[in-house]
Amino acid sequence: MLPSSGGRPPYPRAFDTVKHASETPDSEQPWKELGLKEDEYARIREILGRRPTGAELAMYSVMWSEHCSYKSSKVHLKQFGEKVPANDAMLVGIGENAGVVDVGQGYAVTFKVESHNHPSYIEPYQGAATGVGGIVRDILAMGARPVAVVDPLRFGAADHPDTKRVLPGVVAGIGGYGNCLGLPNIGGEVVFDSCYQGNPLVNAGCIGVMKHEDIHLAKASGAGNKVILYGARTGGDGIGGVSVLASETFDAEGNSASGTGKPAKRPAVQVGDPFQEKLLIECTLEIFAEKLVAGIQDLGGAGLSCATSELASAGSGGMRVDLDLVHLRDATLSPEEILMSESQERMCAIVEPDKVDRFLEICEKWDVIATVIGEVTEGERLEIFWHGEQIVDVPPRTVAHEGPVYQRPFARPEWQDALQADDAGKLPRPQNGEELKDQVLKLVSSPNQASKSWITDQYDRFVQGNTVLAQPEDAGMVRIDEETNLGVAMATDGNGRYAKLDPYAGAQLALAESYRNVAASGAKPLAISNCLNFGSPEDPDVMWQFAEATRGLADGCFQLGTPVTGGNVSLYNQTGDVAIHPTPVVAVLGVIDDVNRRTPIAFAEEGQLLYLLGDTKEEFGGSAWSEVIHQHLGGLPPAVDLDREKLLGEILISASRDGMIDAAHDLSDGGLVQAVVESCLRGGKGARLVVPEGLDAFTFLFSESAGRAVVAVPRSEELRFTDMCGARGLPATRIGVVDGDAVDVQGEFALSLEELRTAHEATIPGLLA
Amino acid sequence: MTARIGVVTFPGTLDDQDALRAARLAGAEPVSLWHRDKDLKQVDAVVLAGGFSYGDYLRAGAISRFSPVMETIIEQAKAGMPVLGICNGFQILTEAHLLPGAMLRNNHLHFICRDQKLRVENAETAWTSDYTAGQEIEVPLKNMDGRYVADERVLDELEAEGRVAFRYLDVNPNGSLRDIAGITNAAGNVVGLMPHPEHAVEPLIGTGKTDGLGFFTSILKKLVNA
Repeated sequence: MLPSSGGRPPYPRAFDTVKHASETPDSEQPWKELGLKEDEYARIREILGRRPTGAELAMYSVMWSEHCSYKSSKVHLKQFGEKVPANDAMLVGIGENAGVVDVGQGYAVTFKVESHNHPSYIEPYQGAATGVGGIVRDILAMGARPVAVVDPLRFGAADHPDTKRVLPGVVAGIGGYGNCLGLPNIGGEVVFDSCYQGNPLVNAGCIGVMKHEDIHLAKASGAGNKVILYGARTGGDGIGGVSVLASETFDAEGNSASGTGKPAKRPAVQVGDPFQEKLLIECTLEIFAEKLVAGIQDLGGAGLSCATSELASAGSGGMRVDLDLVHLRDATLSPEEILMSESQERMCAIVEPDKVDRFLEICEKWDVIATVIGEVTEGERLEIFWHGEQIVDVPPRTVAHEGPVYQRPFARPEWQDALQADDAGKLPRPQNGEELKDQVLKLVSSPNQASKSWITDQYDRFVQGNTVLAQPEDAGMVRIDEETNLGVAMATDGNGRYAKLDPYAGAQLALAESYRNVAASGAKPLAISNCLNFGSPEDPDVMWQFAEATRGLADGCFQLGTPVTGGNVSLYNQTGDVAIHPTPVVAVLGVIDDVNRRTPIAFAEEGQLLYLLGDTKEEFGGSAWSEVIHQHLGGLPPAVDLDREKLLGEILISASRDGMIDAAHDLSDGGLVQAVVESCLRGGKGARLVVPEGLDAFTFLFSESAGRAVVAVPRSEELRFTDMCGARGLPATRIGVVDGDAVDVQGEFALSLEELRTAHEATIPGLLA
Repeated sequence: MTARIGVVTFPGTLDDQDALRAARLAGAEPVSLWHRDKDLKQVDAVVLAGGFSYGDYLRAGAISRFSPVMETIIEQAKAGMPVLGICNGFQILTEAHLLPGAMLRNNHLHFICRDQKLRVENAETAWTSDYTAGQEIEVPLKNMDGRYVADERVLDELEAEGRVAFRYLDVNPNGSLRDIAGITNAAGNVVGLMPHPEHAVEPLIGTGKTDGLGFFTSILKKLVNA
């Protein structure tokens, strides 16, 4: 006989309990349908000393998924914790909801980037919207007020019909959700490449600010403390595979679930409600301000399974939860479904008993539903009850932190040598000024190099009134203290083409570019977060790319002195046998003591001198030029010199601080000419350029050598600036002057700003509007 | 001697902090008002800030207009208290029938965020006296439902009475009829507009211009001199 309800109102359907599981060790269980491997299921039985209940199986299956457990990536990610540079800024490291760094004046900043790739392909609007919602809750759960968001996005070919389905939906979803939260969107990227056709990458980043003493951690300690679930009601959305559990399997006595009028399967993609999230943010911040929580965790992937097991696992005691107290959107949900639901806009807090009343009062003020669903116990078990019957009895660490770990085989792909031997240097180059001009126009109007304002204008960049820099600037920057003008900056970068040619160098180039972007804005790079987007870990080629990229990134961060505060891994971004380019995206966070000293990209003052910083070599492998003009990907990416990047960064920051430069733009994809065109269009002023001695015009304009930037120097500062570069050993070459209303490469060609603007700005609306 | 400017926070209001800051930078005393309170805390003027009050459920502004705080605001606005509605606040004012017309979804169907040029058409309202008629200003615009519509008779009346307070210049960003960006009531104490002057009050932040500060200095002067 299956047990029925205890003291509570009778629950209409039969359900699986711990007692029942002990009595029926041989019941068939749908572990395979839930994505578990045979040995994983065996291990669960071994841990529990019996078969798991349906609810336990649900919890283990989601928590041991690749997404939650990092089982394929863990062995590589641990380098980020081992190769840690000496850095005083780290306050909270890897493993929490997000890392936290010290930015001075008593402020701490938390930031993170996460992927929402797969849902965004299936349902672009909601996939992207809930991606924003999830990352914002992660930041909030650290105790911080979210202050800005960024969105690195990658789509299939710009002219592919499906891109027209996916991109507008993703952009509207990010806007629709983020704009409603009142968070300025200050940066990110938009990249097109046919390798992302069936696997768009929708990464979402968020920055949050708090005082040091306000940092909150996800742990449940103190027996007797209450577990409060608050926010949206729990519904049947985002359950994915769990509907298997609601099948006949556990109804050994013939109580057919299908006869109980259960709702049909809900979409596996969650549905967001930004209004609810905005209330949740304000409500939570007020709760923090009154110091009412002992531990807190947001509900994201794996929902309550994740929140309860992680809180209990990280804390000192056990936890008891009465699952039937959870507020439901749909009264027919089974306990397994409630545990796995990924309904959005929910948080779970641990609150001391005497603070519960005030906690609930604040929730009421903000119209946020809050329920005490359990308490921290003295034991070491996570125990969950359903109408008085125990349905979960597990050691929480085995669910949350001691999942399976795989040593996936990896090997350098057979095709890698041939790819690298296919040197882009051999591609035919433009022969005269006319051809150069033609190729410059093609470059700046190509989808990847064209203006993205049609996209970014759908995001609110002004709200909160602290936005100092936003796209298309090199880095986004917000003021965090109105009195002192302290600010933070963030840039995100990745280049899948470089990483495909050499994943180790590609990851370091992403790091270097993001670092350079932050420094170009005048902020000092402090720490990084990452979002590692790759194909299937079961493919040794992909696993090699992943191993190389993580090794490159860890080595690079160590050398640059910017620790990894956390990150996110998205695997299985592939269709059939074809994986995306390995795409490590790196977010660098920087701090600036006075936002008045920030440096924009715009060339705005006629007569200012243009200096090219760094060395320009013939490097075209993976370049925008090779892609746009020759549809070519081969050879080696630009060489990495992180010591040079560091020096360049120091010069850019010093020059900003001391007023030696009025504009700076990092050089990356598209090379010098792309940067100059962007800076001219941004400032509405032209530039006269002279090809420096020792360089040909083509290499000067299109090379993608790393470690470079172009700056605009007021004439009065020229000597001071060049002296500083000379003394520090950074090559600085005078290449021209801000002047007129054209980009004029002397002796080669001139393009009017009007012509450039039309070319640069018409492409994206033409393809997508 | 200064004046108290209240800014209402509805659930889903987003630009309340910005409006409070703008009032402060203009020299006024900013006061937070809560949607559930009928009490206006003796403020001299009220700003309804931008955002998505009540999630824009039903229609932008449609629910907020019935909130307790609005009961008092509607009553006092009719008695002459200056009220400025920005974006969602403008939508609330039309829903509350303090201003005529309505806002529909932008004609291009996208949210739009841009630096917008405006012409101040009426520099005699409570909120625009620090500008001159015909002055061109640049402030951020950001909205989903910003297309101002009204029937021809109302539009003609607004024009004839000089109640079109602001018009979009260069680009009509949302398909508003007759390029109308903002309007005033006949008395000149209630003004609504879609663009966001509160985002253009500091040289470093946002557009880099301070063209929006005039709204807040206008009202302050009026109140202090009254």
